[in-house]
Amino acid sequence: MASSIFPITTIRQDFPILHKPVHGKPLIYLDNAATTQKPKKVIEALVAFYEQSNANIHRGVHALSECSTQKYEAAREKVRAWVHAKSTDEIIFTKGTTEALNLVAESWARPQLHKGDEILLTEMEHHSNIVPWQFVCQKTGAVLKVVPVNNQGELVWEEFLKRLGRRTKIVAVTHVSNTLGTVNPIASIVKKAKEVGAVVVVDGAQAVAHIPVDVQTLGCDFYAFSGHKMYGPTGIGVLYGKAEHLERMEPYQGGGDMIRSVTFDKTEYAPPPFKFEAGTPPISGAVALGAAMETLSQIGLEAIASHEHSLLDYATQKLREEKGLSIIGQAKEKGGIISFVCEGVHPHDIGTLLDEEGIAIRAGHHCTMPLMKRLGVPGTARISFALYNTKEEIDALVEGLHKVRKVFSIPS
Amino acid sequence: MNIEIPELYQEVILGHGKNPRNQRRLNPCTHTYEGFNPLCGDRVTVYLVVEQDIIQDISFEGAGCVISMASASLMTELLKGKKLAWAKEVLKSFYHSVTQDFESLSKEEKEALGEKLLMLGNVQKYPMRVKCATLVWHAVEEALGFKQNEENPYATF
Repeated sequence: MASSIFPITTIRQDFPILHKPVHGKPLIYLDNAATTQKPKKVIEALVAFYEQSNANIHRGVHALSECSTQKYEAAREKVRAWVHAKSTDEIIFTKGTTEALNLVAESWARPQLHKGDEILLTEMEHHSNIVPWQFVCQKTGAVLKVVPVNNQGELVWEEFLKRLGRRTKIVAVTHVSNTLGTVNPIASIVKKAKEVGAVVVVDGAQAVAHIPVDVQTLGCDFYAFSGHKMYGPTGIGVLYGKAEHLERMEPYQGGGDMIRSVTFDKTEYAPPPFKFEAGTPPISGAVALGAAMETLSQIGLEAIASHEHSLLDYATQKLREEKGLSIIGQAKEKGGIISFVCEGVHPHDIGTLLDEEGIAIRAGHHCTMPLMKRLGVPGTARISFALYNTKEEIDALVEGLHKVRKVFSIPS
Repeated sequence: MNIEIPELYQEVILGHGKNPRNQRRLNPCTHTYEGFNPLCGDRVTVYLVVEQDIIQDISFEGAGCVISMASASLMTELLKGKKLAWAKEVLKSFYHSVTQDFESLSKEEKEALGEKLLMLGNVQKYPMRVKCATLVWHAVEEALGFKQNEENPYATF
């Protein structure tokens, strides 16, 4: 069994921040859906890049520029392999998921959509997969349609089918809900969307570090994710796009590196992916993201997924035993994210009181205000797991929740 | 289990937070404003009846964390029956106490706020929670139209 030999002690030693006390107590970091902590290999990759390889990429004829270009493009190949894209030409570096989604909205959707066209979203989308589409609607006259979720936090399949039609040009959906943990059936969604000729854009921010992703098997047109949620640095993200789309799309931003030739009369653009990478990109970030992917590969994504799933099962069972606590989102297919509310205690008070115990969780609307409205809660407390979390930490969380009840004089 | 209660969660705050006073709608009222905390999505609406420059009645509606509810409860208790000019000054003192320090307030300012509200000053040790405490005060400021642009921590924080 992978779980029985999961080298948790060695893994934890590799993350320096996990050994830094918070409020004098050992840190229990359960806010991984917001951002993950970084292993030494990633931190060292950043340092090594600036100590040994730093120069601007492309066009430089000197040794350092060649070195940094080679490292940047090697990182692109690592990303390609990670999501199983056909070609590195389909991998665009962005500053994060948000920018990747905005890029699709601005460069693919805005020029192509017309009045009356429809963009189909789901009720569980993060604001970053809602607002860019609203921009598109404002500029083109297209309209948003929304697939509702049921009380378990799953998409209602019949409602999805009902809203999908020949006017649907885009289906934008999250792979794993950042609030509920729900894993959406992307391959099935793509299959249906293709029947009406719609393009499928997937927000993979909560998926790529936790479950194997194969964009070719999924069949989606675009897949966006962030480096910092997969143990890499902030400021680097990825947009995968099918070559057939990228070739036809307008550039996102103008500047250096995205051109083939410039005159005052006419500019010819570089081919993808460079067409979409104007200006100096986050080179060190890309290199360090590559290092993060190497670390994950060495441990094995299957083993990580299995470890995180056992944490999810354990925590779900433990939290279900807590009086007055309700888990929000009980989909059959879930990633390592649990949202919950406690009777009589606002999520922010839970967050502050747990913080006193060195336990980092997130409280609030998780950038999913429409979902909160649907579920009838102002916000939730959310815990989210990473490869370095343990069952002992979940036990400590439960202890911490008992303390919250004591402070609020709620009988256990 | 040894329970250490963090300074912010003292009994007075919990008492007011869990059972806030003046939590109701005032109809009719002369002034009202809905305050919104984009950090957590909480909304608090304040209602005031002001006659002859005196806050004759004040109340609020909305749900939120114990800090925002305690703050709303204590604020309504404090401002009821007070002159507008006095309210304006006490607002400044409150902002100062939750964002700077309450020690540097003058004796008169401390007395005006009272012990319970000064206790909320502990929120400054929890920077992410300052907005919880100031939400309802900000709403009153807006409702009464004396938003203090010079030093409004709500705008800058």
